[in-house]
Amino acid sequence: MKAAKGTVFKYGDNVDTDVIIPARYLNSSDPAELATHCMEDIDKDFVNKVNKGDIIVATKNFGCGSSREHAPIAIKAAGVSCVIAETFARIFYRNAINIGLPIIECPEAAKGIDEGDTVEVNFDTGVITDVTKGTTYKGQAFPEFMQKIIAAEGLVNYINQK
Amino acid sequence: MGMTMTQKILAAHAGLEKVEAGQLIEANLDLVLGNDITSPVAIKEMEKMKVDGVFDKDKIALVPDHFVPNKDIKSAEHCKCVREFAYRNEITNYFEVGEMGIEHALLPEKGLTVAGDVVIGADSHTCTYGALGAFSTGVGSTDMAAGMATGKAWFKVPSAIKFNIVGKPDKWISGKDVILHIIGMIGVDGALYKSMEFVGEGIKNLTMDDRFTIANMAIEAGGKNGIFPVDDLAIAYMKEHSKKPYTIYEADEDAVYDEEYTIDLSTLRPTIAFPHLPENTKTIDEITEDIKIDQVVIGSCTNGRIDDMRIAAEVLKGRHVAKGMRCIVIPATQAIYMQAMEEGLLKTFIEAGAVVSTPTCGPCLGGYMGILAAGERCVSTTNRNFVGRMGHVDSEIYLASPAVAAASAVTGKISCPCQLA
Repeated sequence: MKAAKGTVFKYGDNVDTDVIIPARYLNSSDPAELATHCMEDIDKDFVNKVNKGDIIVATKNFGCGSSREHAPIAIKAAGVSCVIAETFARIFYRNAINIGLPIIECPEAAKGIDEGDTVEVNFDTGVITDVTKGTTYKGQAFPEFMQKIIAAEGLVNYINQK
Repeated sequence: MGMTMTQKILAAHAGLEKVEAGQLIEANLDLVLGNDITSPVAIKEMEKMKVDGVFDKDKIALVPDHFVPNKDIKSAEHCKCVREFAYRNEITNYFEVGEMGIEHALLPEKGLTVAGDVVIGADSHTCTYGALGAFSTGVGSTDMAAGMATGKAWFKVPSAIKFNIVGKPDKWISGKDVILHIIGMIGVDGALYKSMEFVGEGIKNLTMDDRFTIANMAIEAGGKNGIFPVDDLAIAYMKEHSKKPYTIYEADEDAVYDEEYTIDLSTLRPTIAFPHLPENTKTIDEITEDIKIDQVVIGSCTNGRIDDMRIAAEVLKGRHVAKGMRCIVIPATQAIYMQAMEEGLLKTFIEAGAVVSTPTCGPCLGGYMGILAAGERCVSTTNRNFVGRMGHVDSEIYLASPAVAAASAVTGKISCPCQLA
């Protein structure tokens, strides 16, 4: 499975789906349009700064709140290659896997990695490397079926391939 | 090692004698729910699947409630997409404007959710039906699509936290105070991935509407579901509203819980969650300075039921909202609206200077019908007070019970009915 490498955007605890994609934009379900408002209520500049492949790192309970799949869709469509957090809210966790956005739980990495660091993630092994600091962390590797879903770019493609 | 209520329901729906926490299972679904925000995404995903229609047209509920009556052209297009899908697939339980209500008040009222069911809904507050002894949980649109297509969903069997409810609440203390107290105690991720199982002799002192409110906000503690045992009150509710057969699952004596808490209802005080997290709770006694309010919202899937309307009306009767206050009352379903009208509650609201709206989720998620400007404060009976949830990122939301919300509308600052002259 492919790896991710990019620059880190760092956030704190309880980043909720309302700040990831505010409900005032939920009259659209177009990924490209949602991406233009990604993280708007927590980080207005995010969409101007993010480059393809970049990585979001946050601490506890990332993605709490609403079940809107628009949240991981917006993050993925904005070009983010992986989200690393201490913990994820459960609906966000399912949604991210289902749409093929790689996410990984690793409390040590979530604490140790800083904004602007370059980070590399190997999805097969769960190893996270902070290239800037020269540190490595062992995140939770995905179970095989989740790896397959992500590799297929989401649950629907995975079901269709079966 | 015994099973919890949740584990027993999941085992039965997975065709297994026994399950344990952490086990991955595939369960049969009794109902799959979606609304006007989440269903269009699910419909698009389902169309990509190589399936021939839905698994069971009677076991899907589509409730446009968030941005309806349509707030703008894009919302109208979403609703049209849901409507056309419902007609094309002959979905029995599609609820058009005029018969729809806020989904989590509507479904139990229509008898679509009963004890022992497994329900998934593409809305995080799907956990509400635990009040009736069902396992119900929020999912995203892709899970909804897979559920509509196959009638199945995979779950990781949750471990549980037990809340032993004892005592009797004082006047003006309702289910909202109970759940805000609990979230304040364990935090917004205190029940992450877990089921919240409410038991104990104090449950008989909670109305069904109290229980719906409590189960509804399990997600605000990160919970996978919240669930109550099925007692005479729950059975009476189901008999009144449903023809569906129900099954009662009780936790084993030796069921294992990660944590146990005792909640003494007699000690609870009116509880308010301060910005910007539901865990930032204070009791009314801990608020020492005046917190001036611009708007009050009484409604939502959390607190738009008939008990909530009655409590709000009792506070507002013979009183008037403060000058400059916008007080918005939203009965959650047409039946609740009608009941409130017949009991004279709507007249009380209007005489008090409040507005009464058709059922909609609108203001709760900052959609429409009560958006906040920068610097404005709202006391709301809804469920989330995140940054920007009801409008501008510099607005503030204080979550409270209908009693506190109504009293605050009268005084213009956070108040409880006991403080009114």
